[in-house]
Amino acid sequence: MSILVGEDTRLAVSGLTGREGSYHALNNRRYGTNVVAGVTPGKGGQDVEGIPVFNTFREAVAATGANTAMVFVPPRYAADSILEAEDAGIATIIAITEGIPAHDELKVFNVLKRNPDVRLVGPNCPGVLSPGKANVGIIPASFFKPGNVGVVSRSGTLTYQIGNELAQSGFGNSSIVGIGGDPVPGSSFVDIIALFEADPETELIVMSGEIGGSAEEEAAQYIAEQVTTPVVAYIAGLTAPPGKTMGHAGAIVSGSSGGGQAKIDALEAVGVRVGRTPTQVAQVAVEILRG
Amino acid sequence: MDLLEYRGKQVLARYGVAQPPGRAATTVDEAAAAAEEIGFPLVVKAQVKIGGRGKAGGIKVATTLDEVREHAASILGMDIRGHTVHELYLERTAEIESEYYAAVVFDRSAKAPLVMLSTQGGMEIEQVAQEHPEALAMLHVDPLAGFHPFHARRLTYEAGIPADVVRPVGAMLATLYKAFVAEDATLVEINPLVITPDREVIALDAKITLDENAMFRHPENADLDASSDADPQEAMAKERGLTYVKLDGDIGIFGNGAGLVMSTLDVVAHAGGAPANFLDAGGGAKADAIAASVDVILSNPNVKAVLFNVFGGITRCDEVAKGIIDAYGLLKPTVPFVVRLDGTNDVAARKLLADADLPGVFAEATMDGAAARVVALARGAETR
Repeated sequence: MSILVGEDTRLAVSGLTGREGSYHALNNRRYGTNVVAGVTPGKGGQDVEGIPVFNTFREAVAATGANTAMVFVPPRYAADSILEAEDAGIATIIAITEGIPAHDELKVFNVLKRNPDVRLVGPNCPGVLSPGKANVGIIPASFFKPGNVGVVSRSGTLTYQIGNELAQSGFGNSSIVGIGGDPVPGSSFVDIIALFEADPETELIVMSGEIGGSAEEEAAQYIAEQVTTPVVAYIAGLTAPPGKTMGHAGAIVSGSSGGGQAKIDALEAVGVRVGRTPTQVAQVAVEILRG
Repeated sequence: MDLLEYRGKQVLARYGVAQPPGRAATTVDEAAAAAEEIGFPLVVKAQVKIGGRGKAGGIKVATTLDEVREHAASILGMDIRGHTVHELYLERTAEIESEYYAAVVFDRSAKAPLVMLSTQGGMEIEQVAQEHPEALAMLHVDPLAGFHPFHARRLTYEAGIPADVVRPVGAMLATLYKAFVAEDATLVEINPLVITPDREVIALDAKITLDENAMFRHPENADLDASSDADPQEAMAKERGLTYVKLDGDIGIFGNGAGLVMSTLDVVAHAGGAPANFLDAGGGAKADAIAASVDVILSNPNVKAVLFNVFGGITRCDEVAKGIIDAYGLLKPTVPFVVRLDGTNDVAARKLLADADLPGVFAEATMDGAAARVVALARGAETR
């Protein structure tokens, strides 16, 4: 099993006709993802290497039965595109776009939360990879193989780093989910951990968090109450100075909230083992997996 | 983007937020000219993006031109908690009967704007929350529905605002919320919000943070940040489109991906070192982009060694290695480089570096090993 994307995925790509969008969508198709449609207003009727392009998500869904959307359009159009995908009845929306205005994300989140059937991953995320099944986004799939470790992370490269170290120890992944580094992610750690917990194939969850916000603390509480699958965690940005945004728009320690140590304390208090470096995370994970 | 007080007040003035007359100045002469226009008594205020200005001596009252010159001279160039004062704001003093606090905050955890109001203004709101929780009224607003008059009534009555100013204070909250949304702000804070003896409601300070991602909607706000207090390296990095944050240490950091760079800072600290910067080169693996980044890192005179920590996903490690070799040839650094490349084409990358055999460039296989090495090199504990 896997979560969010897999063999049933029928992907429609918003921004397929753009340079980045076509590059990654075709990469995803080469990996085996079923890319069924592109959406670009004004370019309906065209195709990108055989993938038909539609003017709207509604048309794309009607014609192809698309059930998953990947949003690759520039920041100023991205919120609109996410809402359009939801309006067309798409259940899984993965938004790669970086730099969406915070107020747009707020609006999107509050619209989508009224629809219990829709799940947004991202924005500003590398996407979701279920090794051997489907890749939606920009995660370099060659480092990962099928297995039983679920990974959820706010950062792309850090995920690859940890995943690569696990792979070198012989462990693969059920799914790898980048939830993104923005202040208002569509899915939180809690949302994704819940999906992994329900996935019989996921035997261990690695969560890679960072400073800013309180999503890691909320995950700690959720893990304590609801999760039996072992969780290993990492928190980046422990030594970042308060008040400075560290690359990700969401990675900022403001006042007394968002600090790394508080997150580690919250996780360790509920029995989650927290590695101090990415290498340590992989070591702890391997230790647990080998029993 | 944090705005200086007077820039924030410029934004609020567009919404009709009442405030005393004032003018900005960057020199003593400009301050004196501003004072003559404003009239006395007035306050000379340091413009820095950090609280605690008053306690640090950065806010002083002047009743004569000589005092203005004296205060301006002493405040300009002053260091307030690590921020050098390059600009002043001169403002007519206001008569104060009560000091309140009002703010609209982007509450990312609740996924909704949080509006706060308190009759205990003039102090840090965290302190109010701790010592007088009953004096702090707050509520979340559904961003789809917006701020309504009942929100204002709830806040003003719950905060215990005197009956005769309930309406103007409520109207002020509505205005702040409007500005918060219309300007794509993540913070609009007035502390203190002052009630004058004439029962006027005026803003004596303003703290506004604007979302840089939304700047395309607000071309008129683009030059609000054109203040002279930017750090030279940060200004240089911004010009080149790099994500760079200056830090206090002596180890330059180059990495790709915000999470990995944050992690690199931590691993270096864990190894006993102190990073000099955060730099995320993103997906840019090309030689000139790398040279541009390295140039920024090395322009910080504190840097004693540089750590390159790259995980190649889409980025190809061999291209990064080429970039480092080219940058080295171009910039002829006098400090050692430690390079750790992993991921796509890492073997080819390591071979390129080994073949180039540059003096002062050290390859390491792991993140932890690279951190230990760069710390040793920065301390001068190891030389080639």
